[in-house]
Amino acid sequence: MNLRRDVFQAIADPTRRAILLLVASQSMTAGAIASNFDTARPTVSKHLQILTECELLEQKQNGREIHYHINAKKMKEVADFLEPFREMWDDRFNKLEAIMKKYKPKN
Amino acid sequence: MERKTKVNAEEGKQELTITREFDLSLELLFKAYEDPEIVEQWMGTKVLKLENKKFGGWQFQTSDAKGNVVFQANGVIHEFLPNQRITRTFEMENAPFEAQLEFLEFEKLTDDTSKLNMHIVYRSVGLRDQMVKMGFAPGLNMAHNRLEDIVSKLK
Repeated sequence: MNLRRDVFQAIADPTRRAILLLVASQSMTAGAIASNFDTARPTVSKHLQILTECELLEQKQNGREIHYHINAKKMKEVADFLEPFREMWDDRFNKLEAIMKKYKPKN
Repeated sequence: MERKTKVNAEEGKQELTITREFDLSLELLFKAYEDPEIVEQWMGTKVLKLENKKFGGWQFQTSDAKGNVVFQANGVIHEFLPNQRITRTFEMENAPFEAQLEFLEFEKLTDDTSKLNMHIVYRSVGLRDQMVKMGFAPGLNMAHNRLEDIVSKLK
């Protein structure tokens, strides 16, 4: 599985970008985030789950509540303009390595 | 996550380096650059021409599912030293970008590991940055631009 590509897929969704923008200003509970959207609560939960899995958001226990924080380090890392370029070469080289590991010289 | 491929592009310079360590012998790594059939597999492009020698030329072509040519590039090989070095030019056809110069150094680390160092020199800083920002899947690039917008709003 390619986690990095998933990060870009995660932010290609307009609702998830709106969530990131919202949480960027302050950490919030899932309920507070959901109250900003017309979308059904389970849908928002799913978006939060995806963003958390990609490490763009982090969960922190705050008493009985779970607050979502933005992971600024991860966000900046992924937003670096070199990252898609690096990723493209990384994919190519991974392919090269996989092909050559199976390579058998022709007689 | 481990980052096997490293890209170093200093601000304000018209060059960049791409380095990668492989779990492959030096000979196998070089073979992947030498054999047109293998190049086709990992680059995902058709190899129309690959003359591995001084003054040799190369030409790659990529088509979409309908057979329309979406990418074509060519260049000249200046130096071809097996298991050591390839020096070549690269130019995209039908695109407003000027040729770039590429130095590929192949290095043995152990019997089963090797390293590739690609040094690419562009005509200008602007051209380098433009080349880095294009050429990806359009969806990926667009998503990336949006992420940049959000990050620019972070404190």
